[in-house]
Amino acid sequence: MLFGLILLLVTAASCILFAVQPAWFPLPITADALSFDRQFTWTLWITGFIFIIVQLLLAWAVLRKTTAFATRHQKRLEWTWTSTTAILFITLAVLGSRGWAKVATPGPGKEIIRVDAHQFAWNFHYPGPDGKFGYTDIKLINDANGNPEGLDPRDTGGTDDIVSSTLRIPAGRNVLLLLHSRDMIHDFFVRELRTKQDIVPGMEIPLELNVPLPGTYEIACAELCGLGHSQMRSLLIVMPAAEYDQWKAKR
Amino acid sequence: MKWLFSTDHRTIARLYFFLSLIAVFAGTALSLVMRFHLIMPAVKIGADVMAPEFYLSMLTLHGTLMVFFVLTLAPMSAFANLVLPEQLGATGMAFPRLNLLSFWITLASFCILIASFLATGGGPLSGWTAYPPLSVVGAIAGPGQGLGQTLWFYSIGTFCIASLLTAINIIATVIEMRAPGMDLMAMPLTCWNWFLTAILTLLSFSVLIAAAVLILLDRLAGTSFFVPGGLLVADQVIDHSGGSPLLWQHLFWFFGHPEVYIAILPGMGIVSELLSTFSGRPIFGYKAMVTATISIAFLGMLVWGHHMFISGLNPYSAIAFSLLTMVIGAPSAVKTFNWLATIWGGNLRFTTAMLFAIGFVSIFVTGGLSGLFLGQPQLDAYFHDTYFVVAHFHLIMGIAALFGIFAGTFYWFPLLFGRMMNERLGKLHFYLTFIGAYATFGPMHFAGFAGNPRRYADFTTFDFLAQVMPLQRWITGAAFFLAAVQIIFIWNLFHSIWRGAEAPANPWGATTLEWSQSGIDTRDTKTCPGP
Repeated sequence: MLFGLILLLVTAASCILFAVQPAWFPLPITADALSFDRQFTWTLWITGFIFIIVQLLLAWAVLRKTTAFATRHQKRLEWTWTSTTAILFITLAVLGSRGWAKVATPGPGKEIIRVDAHQFAWNFHYPGPDGKFGYTDIKLINDANGNPEGLDPRDTGGTDDIVSSTLRIPAGRNVLLLLHSRDMIHDFFVRELRTKQDIVPGMEIPLELNVPLPGTYEIACAELCGLGHSQMRSLLIVMPAAEYDQWKAKR
Repeated sequence: MKWLFSTDHRTIARLYFFLSLIAVFAGTALSLVMRFHLIMPAVKIGADVMAPEFYLSMLTLHGTLMVFFVLTLAPMSAFANLVLPEQLGATGMAFPRLNLLSFWITLASFCILIASFLATGGGPLSGWTAYPPLSVVGAIAGPGQGLGQTLWFYSIGTFCIASLLTAINIIATVIEMRAPGMDLMAMPLTCWNWFLTAILTLLSFSVLIAAAVLILLDRLAGTSFFVPGGLLVADQVIDHSGGSPLLWQHLFWFFGHPEVYIAILPGMGIVSELLSTFSGRPIFGYKAMVTATISIAFLGMLVWGHHMFISGLNPYSAIAFSLLTMVIGAPSAVKTFNWLATIWGGNLRFTTAMLFAIGFVSIFVTGGLSGLFLGQPQLDAYFHDTYFVVAHFHLIMGIAALFGIFAGTFYWFPLLFGRMMNERLGKLHFYLTFIGAYATFGPMHFAGFAGNPRRYADFTTFDFLAQVMPLQRWITGAAFFLAAVQIIFIWNLFHSIWRGAEAPANPWGATTLEWSQSGIDTRDTKTCPGP
């Protein structure tokens, strides 16, 4: 029957799409991203297997003419498939939770950078050589005059601070990003890191990174923040550690 | 105009049916304009290219229309009104006047929603989730965030009142109006599903209406439930302090997740009945089906946090929400297996309604499996707010529920209009819709693999989005195909209302009570039965 054939066609087309990969993940650049790819692959095989089995069973149920093997109600059969799927899905959840649940905290040897998001741009605030962020006040914020952080010029702790519109980090070092928003909920999303984190106004949310590979990656806002949401772009520039130190010294 | 004032439950069902038909037409038209803009962002409409705020206001209206006025109204309000009383052996709903009032309030809510889109400054652009502070601080947050957003919240609040009244009516009908001797475990699965849908509606919409009132107070009375202090929006210091944007997300998703089940449970009930009727055998494992539905409804109340994995909650809370989410897979699998076992080796009759029921199972499985990715916080951290999520919920909540609605329409058309729909056109419509749905939403998963964010008004700013453009062009083409073949359905529907073949007494050979009268009588009795 036509419907059975269409079901087979849909199943085959799905498999072909996964073989052709019309769009796919970028290369992973951290250990966490590699762990994501492993967990994704596991989940894909398990769900893919269930997908194919169920669609084929449906197609077969539609195509077959015989009523000889009609199912009768069996308690044992019911319990078997219930417990099998429950165990399978819970195992997946437990495996998936291993690559999660780390609360990032400031610690020695971590490069601390404040990320400041606002409609519709990014600023990255470095404490400078003294390791202290200068005093800031929202009333002093002036994007046009180059003070997007609202740094108070009277605070000497802020005179050595660096404010950049791209995020430069040293390769191979632990970096702790402190995510801040001035107005709306934004989201820090870098595909190669395989993670995103909402930035909620009124909260400071930590995000820890260690990227061994130098390179340039796009930062996208991934939480609807207003009319310029799709233009809220910046760059994550991972520099060799020595070059990074030079860049910081020069600023 | 007589039927606008009728307390006959079938007349009210027809009113809901046509209201959701208007809503689905508008919602689909909006999605086509959006799909066209995404692949042709430079095309001028009138004097200028489309502004991003206009795109986002269409996105908001599309989501709101589809979730509330299509997926909540058609499966629950329309079909439960149409057949629930007779399936229970009653002659009407428990509260017929309240029932009519629910419809009027729903209609008012619909008019306010349309007004919000046409308001000065434009429609709201914060999406159907309306996250604060974007949805609270007013027009400085963006065009449409002034009057448009206020009207939007009024519309949602009004809709909540109507849905709560409908839910109370359905619950009272199921508890009080069953024929003597029909205990709960003798009800058809359709009734069980509407009963649980109504309970979910009562529990979740009552939270949404509270949230809507609080956010309106924030907007209009200067309170700060959802807005923290120290905000600077468009160079203006915001005069709020002490609120939490995450509180809204908790309240919203405490409603929002059960809402997914409110949309899909009635479809599951319809599919269970139809698979059994058209296989010529009882449903496989009735008790297991009831237990699975209760488990899904119960667990569905406990998993709102999986919409908030990356919201800034303590990461450990995500593990609890994730585990509960993955557990929902088990009762869903029970349902799928029982549906398969019901048709397995049955004497299948492939009516259009049956095809949509089997199609529902296929789509439900596909859309459900992507949920196993999103239910894991580690994987969600990448897929959250990408086209992978768009594909997931359009399949499981949109297309699956729509297939339930289509199946119900073909099956109960005789009760709606006393005639039969054309089966040949119906089947053609089914095959093309089934292919179109997979062609549209299948490839969308791959845009998600590439990290393509959703709710972007254009894909021109980011370098990495260049690679998904061929895929996006395909999706737009498939979406236009999917929408175009719905013309077959519309033609079949309206042609059959006036020219369809007269319906015999029990056209499908069904065993449920809505068909048991000596003949189909679609006349409006306007009586007010019940206590």
